[in-house]
Amino acid sequence: MTEKNPETPAAGAGRDPWSALSRYTSARIALGRTGGSVRTGSLLDFRLAHARARDAVMAAFDVAGLERELIQKGVATHPLATAAGDRRVYLVRPDLGRQLDGESRDRLLAAAGAWGRRDLAIIVSDGLAAQAAERHAAAVIVPLVEQLQSLGWTIFPVFIAPLARVKLQDEIGERLGARHTLMLLGERPGLGSPDSLGAYLTYRPGAARTDAERNCVSNIRPEGLPSAAAARKLAHLLLESARLGVSGIALKDTETAGEIGN
Amino acid sequence: MLRYETDAPVLAALAPGLTPEMVAAVSKLMSNQDLILVAKKCRVVTAFRNTLGLPGRLAVRLQPNHPTDDPQGVAASIIDGLLYGCGDAVIGINPATDSVPAVETLLRLLDTVIRRYDIPTQSCVLAHVTTQLAALERGAPVDLVFQSVAGTEAANRSFGITLSLLGQAREAALALKRGTVGDNVMYFETGQGSALSANAHHGIDQQTLEVRAYAVARAFKPLLVNTVVGFIGPEYLYDGKQIIRAGLEDHCCGKLLGLPMGVDVCYTNHAEADQDDMDTLLTLLGVAGCNYIMGVPGADDIMLGYQSTSFHDSHYLRQVLGLKPAPEFEAWLEKMRIAAGGRHLLPVDSRHALLADIKQRSL
Repeated sequence: MTEKNPETPAAGAGRDPWSALSRYTSARIALGRTGGSVRTGSLLDFRLAHARARDAVMAAFDVAGLERELIQKGVATHPLATAAGDRRVYLVRPDLGRQLDGESRDRLLAAAGAWGRRDLAIIVSDGLAAQAAERHAAAVIVPLVEQLQSLGWTIFPVFIAPLARVKLQDEIGERLGARHTLMLLGERPGLGSPDSLGAYLTYRPGAARTDAERNCVSNIRPEGLPSAAAARKLAHLLLESARLGVSGIALKDTETAGEIGN
Repeated sequence: MLRYETDAPVLAALAPGLTPEMVAAVSKLMSNQDLILVAKKCRVVTAFRNTLGLPGRLAVRLQPNHPTDDPQGVAASIIDGLLYGCGDAVIGINPATDSVPAVETLLRLLDTVIRRYDIPTQSCVLAHVTTQLAALERGAPVDLVFQSVAGTEAANRSFGITLSLLGQAREAALALKRGTVGDNVMYFETGQGSALSANAHHGIDQQTLEVRAYAVARAFKPLLVNTVVGFIGPEYLYDGKQIIRAGLEDHCCGKLLGLPMGVDVCYTNHAEADQDDMDTLLTLLGVAGCNYIMGVPGADDIMLGYQSTSFHDSHYLRQVLGLKPAPEFEAWLEKMRIAAGGRHLLPVDSRHALLADIKQRSL
């Protein structure tokens, strides 16, 4: 059961007779019509939601806040920067979001010797929705790290890398000699979901990896896949990936739809 | 192509002789009106449980996505779409999770709805082709097999596919013999920028690679092909003007290669575009004879996080251009008292069969 779309007008206000079905979905169903066309109220609701989503894309990422939250919960962090520089550049140059900037790369390599090779590197980025990383990343990472460490996994400090794309994990993982990488980043905001977090994991990350070799868990937010459930799902996928020595389409998710929200 | 004498039969005869590189190159020399005029001359008709692409017809893919694939949530959007007269191209779900059991659950839901109401349409769950094949092997009712395709071998490898895998999928779907009026069993999606996005473009421009993706699709006699034109984002198509141009190019190029082209008229929230741009492209594609468009509740896809076209949009387009649904589906809408004459929606009350059943069965 998902939260009702706050912009959806109440039943009876010109909506269709099946508006009760809205309790099963936040989709814009039973909107009603004038002739065959959308009603003005629905049109204005849509435009307001679009304006909010545009604001969410452009919002700045509170890196310090996320660092504080993770450190308070006993998870160390390490800041990184991509070659993208600023948000306008990031939006039109995906290649620059897939690589570290020179200074970050040097500092990462300098630190890598002391860390040694480890099982997992976790990277967090704002991606296209800073709110997603700010609100949900720590809630996924803390239980995930706890569970994996209890099973003997060694984990690098959590890397916080604003303005990153999914593939940045390959460079980070390869330079560190990480067996797995897991990247959490804000998905592009939908009209009703300005804070949806996506997670992408890769076995033996490296420049030659393609998206077909990653597994994705998407829509991490209270109205979609809640953080605790996402942490369990990611732990399961990471453990299976380590056991089988693969990630991506060769690693099939065997959960059914009903299990996801539990 | 602009000559009066160049008509649908001439272009249909030409199509098998065209390479994608030829078609892409010509499209770049064409104005928007050339792209519309030439596409309008092409006719590509395909069939499975209904007939798509006939003159004067516009079909709609009903896209009832849900962020957690909740079957009741999906069913609610299906009922909404059907009561708005949409779903003749396909009822096609993008699953949030690419898992075999989840896909199988959704396939069985779609099969139940289509059989219970005897709807002359087809279903599809747009998971990875290997997931659909695994579900099919477990006995799931697969009508159409879907796959995203791209225009280079490297980009297709990044999608986890090869041509022989697509061939194998087509053979498996054909063997089920689920079509009633035709045997086009494949559904492909494309979109400019996918090769570059996978760093698999070899320095080639995105329109040439897009049309090469159509050449991949052409080999498998699809029921449906659509370009998801504004889906990837502003790094490939920056604003409304570029999305409109790309939509017209893609539609025309696909039609010239003999494909049953639809267009997902869409944009993301990080692009410089809005719903007015979509109204413009939708109208132009209607004029150009586009086979089908998407129907998403309120144009807001709550799973994929982008804006497309709505059920209402299809009624706008059908009214202004005098277009009707696929003939078999039009007859079903009449029989179910959902629409008259294929265009005019009828009042529906809570006793309508599609709604009464939900109450009794609690979905």
